[in-house]
Amino acid sequence: MERPIRVLVAKPGLDGHDRGAKVIARALRDAGMEVIYTGLRQTPEQIVEAAIQEDVDVVALSILSGAHNTLFPKITKLLKERGAEDILVIGGGVIPEEDIPFLKEHGIAEIFTPGTPTSAVIEYIKANVKRLAKK
Amino acid sequence: MYDEKKLEEIKMKREDWEKNHREKAIAKFPERKEEFKTSSEIEIKPIYTPEDVKGIDYLEKLGFPGEYPYTRGVQPTMYRGRFWTMRQYAGYGTAEESNKRFKYLLEQGQTGLSVAFDLPTQIGYDSDHPMAEGEVGKVGVAIDSLYDMEILFDGIPLDKVSTSMTINAPAAILLAMYIAVAEKQGVSPDKLNGTIQNDILKEYVARGTYIFPTGPSMRLITNIFEYCSKYVPKWNTISISGYHMREAGATAVQEVAFTLANAIAYVDAAIKAGLDVDEFAPRISFFFSAHNDLFEEVAKFRAARRMWAKIMKERFGAKDPRSMMMRFHTQTAGSTLTAQQPDNNIIRVTIQALAAVLGGTQSLHTNSRDEALALPTEDSVRIALRTQQIIAYESGVCDTPDPLAGSYYVEYLTDEIEKRAFEYIKKIDELGGAVKAIDLGYMQREIQESAYRYQMEIESGKRIIVGLNKFQMEEEPPKNLLKVDPQVEIVQREKIKKVKEMRDNARVEKALKALKKAAEGDDNLMPWILDAVREYATLGEITDVLRSVFGEYQQQIIF
Amino acid sequence: MMELEKLLLNRDKRAIARAITYAEDDEEKAREIIRKLYKRSGNAYIVGITGPPGVGKSTLTDRLVKNLVEEGKKIGIIAVDPTSPFTGGSILGDRIRMQDLTTHPNVYIRSMGTRGHLGGLSKGTYMAVRILDIAGMDYVFVETVGVGQSEVDIIKIADTVVMVLAPGLGDDIQAIKAGIMEIADVFVVNKSDREGADKTVLELNMMLDLDMPKEWRPPVVKAVAQEGKGIGEVLEKIHSHKEYLISSGQLEERRKNRIKMEITESVKNKLMKDVFAKMGNEEFDQKIQKVMAKEIDPYTVAEALYRQILERRE
Ligand SMILES: Nc1nc2c(ncn2[C@@H]2O[C@H](COP(=O)(O)OP(=O)(O)OP(=O)(O)O)[C@@H](O)[C@H]2O)c(=O)[nH]1
Ligand SMILES: [Mg+2]
Repeated sequence: MERPIRVLVAKPGLDGHDRGAKVIARALRDAGMEVIYTGLRQTPEQIVEAAIQEDVDVVALSILSGAHNTLFPKITKLLKERGAEDILVIGGGVIPEEDIPFLKEHGIAEIFTPGTPTSAVIEYIKANVKRLAKK
Repeated sequence: MYDEKKLEEIKMKREDWEKNHREKAIAKFPERKEEFKTSSEIEIKPIYTPEDVKGIDYLEKLGFPGEYPYTRGVQPTMYRGRFWTMRQYAGYGTAEESNKRFKYLLEQGQTGLSVAFDLPTQIGYDSDHPMAEGEVGKVGVAIDSLYDMEILFDGIPLDKVSTSMTINAPAAILLAMYIAVAEKQGVSPDKLNGTIQNDILKEYVARGTYIFPTGPSMRLITNIFEYCSKYVPKWNTISISGYHMREAGATAVQEVAFTLANAIAYVDAAIKAGLDVDEFAPRISFFFSAHNDLFEEVAKFRAARRMWAKIMKERFGAKDPRSMMMRFHTQTAGSTLTAQQPDNNIIRVTIQALAAVLGGTQSLHTNSRDEALALPTEDSVRIALRTQQIIAYESGVCDTPDPLAGSYYVEYLTDEIEKRAFEYIKKIDELGGAVKAIDLGYMQREIQESAYRYQMEIESGKRIIVGLNKFQMEEEPPKNLLKVDPQVEIVQREKIKKVKEMRDNARVEKALKALKKAAEGDDNLMPWILDAVREYATLGEITDVLRSVFGEYQQQIIF
Repeated sequence: MMELEKLLLNRDKRAIARAITYAEDDEEKAREIIRKLYKRSGNAYIVGITGPPGVGKSTLTDRLVKNLVEEGKKIGIIAVDPTSPFTGGSILGDRIRMQDLTTHPNVYIRSMGTRGHLGGLSKGTYMAVRILDIAGMDYVFVETVGVGQSEVDIIKIADTVVMVLAPGLGDDIQAIKAGIMEIADVFVVNKSDREGADKTVLELNMMLDLDMPKEWRPPVVKAVAQEGKGIGEVLEKIHSHKEYLISSGQLEERRKNRIKMEITESVKNKLMKDVFAKMGNEEFDQKIQKVMAKEIDPYTVAEALYRQILERRE
């Protein structure tokens, strides 16, 4: 049996709009992935700790509060410190186009802006997950 | 509305039409879709006729504007008398910046202020709390203590303006700060006008800025009802909101049903706390969303008004007509706006605003075209406001109350929404009421199902969103989006430090201790919170005291 | 490899996580680790937490573990949720209730999907428990959902099985009675802040008293996990059950059984893997069709398959 891709779906920041995160979690599950869902108001430390303990392939971040430029890079930095930069980190939410280059520079592999179909996220993960090759 | 004989004739003719005209037409050109449905999954018939409204007793179900059951509106003249209030929600950054903006708006002739708070304030964290990192001043103004509130309303006479505050879990604290600022201006609380959202139940269901568990939260709310009915009689103590549940994915039916179920819970709690229904119910107001499905939306507003009147009269035995009148604010649906081809959003907002006006709203916020991307720019805010003004002054829809009444389709939908929403309310009653249902995750799951279905409809192409899954085009990323200055966080931290140095810390401690004791008992907490606020205890300090007694809410997540 | 083992023994969370992934994915590396470090296992006390969905198992686990870490204990938690049989995916949400423990240095939490394994526990669970044991955890908590098969499964892994129930499950208790009475060592009636807790406790006690007299009569404890009430008592009962197991020699008995399980499970898994490696899904379907058409019977198919695998081995 092929191993399922493991994804941590996390909501950093204080906004409580988890419609997108929940829809994505379900869509990833329906695409055969194992989704670890941790709920609202996660600190970067909590997200990184959970990602490591769960040995996920992907961390999918959702944020609508506007704090992405502070919180996303903090998460990738902490992951790096823990030697876990092989985890694919992607983000979504209300993120202006002009912030995307900055976020990518800081290790966020891809940003999905509002209106992205879940199928695009699924495809992206399947194509880019780094550890899938492992048998 | 029609006699039996006439109806019989209509039925025969309709059947004839279906067989001889419609079916033949379909045989040649099939319809666009196999089935037509509203957003709430109400099936739409091929045609609506008097048959569909034959059961509607006009006097009982519709009546006249300003009269029970208020289906046609809560005022006798509606917009022939005066337009709705055009209230645009604003505020971000520091209290200083927002104060400037408020003054500008007041100079422009606006009499109502609408305050948005940043997320740390909404969740009871001071700007220097680790959880606040990156969030200070982002989605609204940061308020840490009375000091910020004094700056926010500096030079604004609080007896002359009405202030609407979007604040929920710490509503009691912000209201106390507002009262304390008024005191300093020499304005007594009975002169104060305004609204606090104060609707915690929808926070658990959809919006997520909760702090305490359900029990203590309901206590704080009834404390506010009671306190205001005595000392701040003109204050609107709650704005029960369907908006955020709709944004989270609820259908129109769910929006009405869950909002009213929550309203029932608040009324129940207040009555249980010993209040008389007509003492606080006239101060209850509502807040709904306006979506694109124009007729369903209009029907939704009409059904909601009728249902509330009935609930208040029959379920709670209210006597005062004002207790039965559903007054509501409407905002256009942010979740329907697309980041793609953002100018299209102007048209969406127009349709939604039209629905709100045709549905008889008391006030309206129209979203700006760029809200799917960032904070709206001044240009976008102006277009949004102009949209309302064009509807008001040019469209002619305001010249007679409830102009869609009598449409077979709209009346049918109104009835259908009422029926389905009451079914939901019955189910929630069986679960033990809204608070229990929320603890069980019932509403959350229903909404989540709808949200997922909606998303899958878009992805399968069953639902078309122009510019998103049809009529797409290559476009340049938008420029000149508004950004909040990251300095705000530093400025706020400095201010907290200063406040903590300047205030009398022994008195603060005493006030917080007294508050703690009161929270452990069952006093009304408003006076104790007010005492602490006056001593410049910070929002975070006050919330922490309450957290230590009440605990924190655990999110319900059910997939 | 050496590095991973060293880190594992230092309870490095990333190393533990990776080792468990190997176990979950049924990789040779997992067996290698266990082979090398097996001598170090056997010190962890394994607590199974089970019960119907939503009764508060995760919240209770969170509170129990908080108490134990206060005493300086090191804890591993494995939370198992069902995998969808249709998509192979799952949403694992138990961590939500263990937020504060996430960053605790002495706690490791892992969510697992059952991944199509019948009986509630995932194939990798046995090994994952071993790995946490080897890593030097004092306690390993295993949470599984469900009523029925998974409870029966959990006993094979746990030293003490805590069955969590909530008030208002009256009928359910009757229905699950057969399954749970045998396997639970401690009953917790959680959500005792709700109506009907005393009634549930009474019903349970009555049922237990009707049962055959046993050396260990499972106690029934009331708790409100959300508010941290009754947690001390639950821990106490777990401890006294542990003492009973030791003094009666039952602990050894249970652990022998577990080893037996691990061996037979492992053989079964290997065989199943071979079966499917040997015969693709399509071929399997064809065989099933033949059985459906009464051309052949299922046992002949099985026997033939088994022989083929044996031959290939030789
Ligand atoms: N009223 C009350 N609610 C509780 C108590 N303990 C837990 N809960 C709530 O019950 C809900 C479910 O709790 P969980 O701990 O996730 O339950 P679970 O059994 O692990 O759930 P699954 O893993 O999904 O089967 C949460 O909302 C908890 O906050 C309690 O003692 N009283
Ligand atoms: Mg659980």
